[in-house]
Amino acid sequence: MTSSGVRLEALRRQFGNVHALDGLDLDMAPGELVALLGPSGCGKTTALRILAGLEDSDSGRIIVGGKDIANVPANKRGMGMVFQAYSLFPHLTAIENVEFGLRLRKQNAAARRKRAQDMLDLVGIGAHASRFPQQLSGGQQQRVALARALAFEPEVLLLDEPLSALDAKVRVQLREEIRRIQLEVGTTTLFVTHDQEEALAIADRVGVMRAGQLEQIGSPEDIYRTPATPFVAEFVGLSNRLAGRVTGDVVEVLDTKLPLVAGASVHDGPATALVRPESVDVTADADGTGRVVAVSFLGPLARVTVALPGDAVVVAQLASARLAEMPPGTAVRVVLRPVPVVVSAA
Amino acid sequence: MAGLRKRRARRQQALRWVVVTLFAVLFLLPLIAMFEFTTRDGWDTWRVFFNWKALGETYPILWTGMKASFWLVLLSVALTLVLLVPTVVWVRLRLPRLRRVVEFVSLLPLTVPAVVLVVGLAPVYAWVVYFVGGSSVTLFLAYTVLALPFAYRAIDAGLSAIDVRTLSEAARSLGSSWATVMWRVVLPNIRSAVLSAAFLTVALVLGEFTIASLLNRDNIQVAINQLGKSSATMSVAVSLAALVLAFALLFLLSFAGRRRNRERKTS
Repeated sequence: MTSSGVRLEALRRQFGNVHALDGLDLDMAPGELVALLGPSGCGKTTALRILAGLEDSDSGRIIVGGKDIANVPANKRGMGMVFQAYSLFPHLTAIENVEFGLRLRKQNAAARRKRAQDMLDLVGIGAHASRFPQQLSGGQQQRVALARALAFEPEVLLLDEPLSALDAKVRVQLREEIRRIQLEVGTTTLFVTHDQEEALAIADRVGVMRAGQLEQIGSPEDIYRTPATPFVAEFVGLSNRLAGRVTGDVVEVLDTKLPLVAGASVHDGPATALVRPESVDVTADADGTGRVVAVSFLGPLARVTVALPGDAVVVAQLASARLAEMPPGTAVRVVLRPVPVVVSAA
Repeated sequence: MAGLRKRRARRQQALRWVVVTLFAVLFLLPLIAMFEFTTRDGWDTWRVFFNWKALGETYPILWTGMKASFWLVLLSVALTLVLLVPTVVWVRLRLPRLRRVVEFVSLLPLTVPAVVLVVGLAPVYAWVVYFVGGSSVTLFLAYTVLALPFAYRAIDAGLSAIDVRTLSEAARSLGSSWATVMWRVVLPNIRSAVLSAAFLTVALVLGEFTIASLLNRDNIQVAINQLGKSSATMSVAVSLAALVLAFALLFLLSFAGRRRNRERKTS
């Protein structure tokens, strides 16, 4: 399967007074899965729709496989797309839906049918080939949509929040399937989502968007462990906002000196440190200054909310087995692990 | 508990039959009366009616009116669908802000009485006569305007039932031109809405009298009216036939819609 690299250069798009895209740059290597993550209205869907040709950009270049396709209409771009809303054609069966793109490419009936059946088998729904969309569950419909998008061997696969209408369990299952299939067929894929867990779980690289621009792009681990900006730190994963004081490349929070993430440029003085719950340890201690105010059980893990003197509140993430030692009201000692943190101005 | 439910179901069943019977009587009684009237002096009327050659010779007005109405039906339905379907789809996809305007414009003919409409149509038809002649078939232009409110409603309702935007974007991304999107994706999914629009147009054209009469054109209703002055039984027979034809069309239409649903459920 041929797969192309994608490059978006200085894409701009304005809706009225709103800058949906404000000079977006993005590079995708052939065969890579990039997730665009961000709050609603950050421009991630607009970027995907412009790449698909369903929306025009005001300026900027869209280069796929070395060619600028800004003026190529959507139907000539050869991009497979899976939508957030169920998009199967209601009057066609699952297999006819998958054949649709092949039929437009004038493939002969036998080859077409075989390819469509293979694709349905690939997405694990081969047994339901002759069902109509309304006879399939949401998850099954999105599988068929994925098979349809991949059947004609697109240069690029575009996934526009394809899992957000599904229930939690199916969502996890299907996102793993999407990753398996994407690795198997090797199509360059842009995956747009507002669900950070989804993005971190399946992408080669995650781009966090804010106000029409990429705030940071990197491997899921980079994004999570060394967020470049306070926005990324807060948007991806939970963060405690703790008052501290910066001195050089160290911030002192709760009497602990924590290193700053590399490349952070902050002035010395008071600042707010963003500390992950898993970097906070809590132990029951009658002399501790903190007091447990709430606990929430999350299966193997648990979150403990601790009130500290002077209105500060910190959330810690622990193994849930340790919950027994600290019911609400327990006096505790809070210790921060010395991992690099992001700070924002106080 | 089960007994109570059964009793209630039986009561509802009975009520349903009462309603159906009442409506059947209401609709069928006039038809039966018409039929009785046409056969009061024997079957001659129907014999002539089904012998189209004799019908044409005996009642040339009727023949002209029927022919004109036939063409009017075909052309009005064609023009209505060709104008409306792409427009309504396009407005939904690309110009959603114009939707209210289009709806308002398409409803206008409903608010203007036919007699008033003729006042406006007369000068327009002066030009139509000048360019394409005075044939009664040219009335299809006016009938398309008359059919707009009904056809628009039907098609718009059909489009509301599907996610046109997502479906057409999906089709576009798969490689469809706009024409293919319309033909292969939108139309098959609003088929019953298009059929309803077509049927409503047929019913409207077959029943239209005022405009044709005031513009001095012939259609089946004008012919029936004129025939009523010379042969009452034949005019009633033709009216009856037109009504039965309209009912049959409606019946066929609902039957077609139902069969399609069943096909989907069983496959």
